Amino acid sequence: MKIASKVYTALVFIFLFAPIVILLVFSFNEGRSLAVFSGFSLKWYRELFRDEATLTSVRNTLLLAVSAMVISTVIGVAASVGIERLRAKWLKTAINTVTDIPMTNPDIITGISLMLMFVFAGRLFGLANSLSFWTMLVAHVTFCLPYVILQVLPKLRQLDPALPEAAMDLGCTPWEAFFKVTIPEIMPGIVTGAIMAFTMSLDDFVISYFTSGAGFQTLPIRIYNMTKKTVTPKMYALATIIFFVILALLLISNLTDDDAMAKRREKKRLKGKS
Amino acid sequence: MKKIIPAILMAMLLAVLLASCGGSGKTLNVYNWGEYISDGSEDSYDTIKEFEAWYEETYGEKVHVNYDTFQSNEDMYAKLSAGAVSYDIIIPSDYMIARMAAENMLLPLDFKNIPNYSNIDQSFKGLYYDPDNKYSVPYTYGVVGIIWNANEVDEADAHGWDLLWNPKYKGKIVSFNNPRDAFGTAQYRLGLDVNSTDKTQWDRAYNELMAQRPLLYGQVMDEIYNIMESGEASVGIYYAGDYFTMLDDQAEKVDLQFYYPDPTNFYVDAMCIPSCCQEKELAEIFINFMLSRDAAVANAEYTYYASPNKIVYTDPEYLEDLGEETVAILYPGIENFSEQYNKLAFRNLPQETLDYMNSLWENVKLK
Repeated sequence: MKIASKVYTALVFIFLFAPIVILLVFSFNEGRSLAVFSGFSLKWYRELFRDEATLTSVRNTLLLAVSAMVISTVIGVAASVGIERLRAKWLKTAINTVTDIPMTNPDIITGISLMLMFVFAGRLFGLANSLSFWTMLVAHVTFCLPYVILQVLPKLRQLDPALPEAAMDLGCTPWEAFFKVTIPEIMPGIVTGAIMAFTMSLDDFVISYFTSGAGFQTLPIRIYNMTKKTVTPKMYALATIIFFVILALLLISNLTDDDAMAKRREKKRLKGKS
Repeated sequence: MKKIIPAILMAMLLAVLLASCGGSGKTLNVYNWGEYISDGSEDSYDTIKEFEAWYEETYGEKVHVNYDTFQSNEDMYAKLSAGAVSYDIIIPSDYMIARMAAENMLLPLDFKNIPNYSNIDQSFKGLYYDPDNKYSVPYTYGVVGIIWNANEVDEADAHGWDLLWNPKYKGKIVSFNNPRDAFGTAQYRLGLDVNSTDKTQWDRAYNELMAQRPLLYGQVMDEIYNIMESGEASVGIYYAGDYFTMLDDQAEKVDLQFYYPDPTNFYVDAMCIPSCCQEKELAEIFINFMLSRDAAVANAEYTYYASPNKIVYTDPEYLEDLGEETVAILYPGIENFSEQYNKLAFRNLPQETLDYMNSLWENVKLK
């Protein structure tokens, strides 16, 4: 039984990580083939940092992801508070369902309908370029929002309503009570929601593809467009770098996580005692 | 720490705001295929930067080029026809130019601003997609050919379309993964008209593809590079320019060779100005720049496709860089190119024929 579970775990890891390992290995390939390893070289990393168009698309992607994350987190928290305070149950359910639509709707439908809306609005205002960074931002906030609400709402539900009330009883204004009591209590939900929004925005292709305008293309779009020839190994190098940056961020966030720190402290304390 | 993060975020947002509305001078929006221009990688010529520098030097005015890419003619068409974006220059393929011209989506070019147009060889003028040379300036052209691995395939078998149907290489043959190109292979083999609207002719091509089906390793598009380079498949069909890309990276045990079956397919990609253009004169100056010696040679070397530009294929440096064998394959010296091209190239099919072709293709597709 033990062996079987070990084999199973090993298989899962192989399927998860073999593609990443192959990418990593071939990012150091001298040639551009994925079939033949012709020698170790840092050539593609050098090429990557010289390729301004790719770097611009990376910058665009990050800007968009960060902006979408900030805006959708702020709106998402506000929306969650509003939904939580609704008295009428049917209204609550109705609003919850509506906010879930961008998440359950196929991306391609969200993308096309947003594009049509932007084009319509652009015509109304007589713009030559209806699509731009701003339309992409609106689109990304739209599909990130449900993920934030989904994370924040349960935390609000868990929150003891007596806590902010007590704060106000002790002299806080409603705003102060919100920022000093409610927000810290639901912080884990906000952080998880923000991270989800960031990752959703970062790797979105379909919706971005329909809403991108002249002069602002993101990395997934750029890579997709490379299929006239083969995708250059520069992209393997870029993917490797992104993989390690995210790995490092995850490690840091896990190590500095409050719960984990508390557990470690607890362990130490227990060890000291025994 | 808590205050630093919002500060960074604000700074980034501000940077976007400034970047999106800032900048003096003109902007030129170029929409081209991915990896279809010399972009400065591997010490090549950076076409966009060179153009910006050249323009400022010549006209004393700054210009900023937004260079975006698309993945297929249809993607580009969808974006433009929705009226969603405004580009000043696009580089579609022949059949798409014909379609866009018919739908009034292209502007006639002012050749006063494109004196280098005289560098384009006579055989690339008056082609079916632009019979009066009003809308387009050819950028590259190519011919479809068969790639075979000489270590696996008998040289005696390597001729004509029959190689793609040769049962000796069962499970080692790759063909196109899109209906138009795949049906094309069968139609050329049978000597049929690829632009026919006669259903019985399509049925004949369909039977031919069904006969080929059990012999195939797969139907692929750009996956063909890795499959041929590694020797997984021994016979494939693609464009001459792409054969050289494969040749650069083939495995040791693989010896890739190339020939043109007869008749075969041609394509031309050309620079056009769409009707949503905001800077027409600037766009024409850009087209003219693309035809000048340095840019044209660099782009031909980068893309590995044949150039219709006389100063490219007569340039001694370019010919030497490519080498005799490569030149012989890339420029097969087709007599009466325009006549052959007009006869054999893909044209827009009526919707009914397209639907019929797609319904047949459903069955041909390997599952």
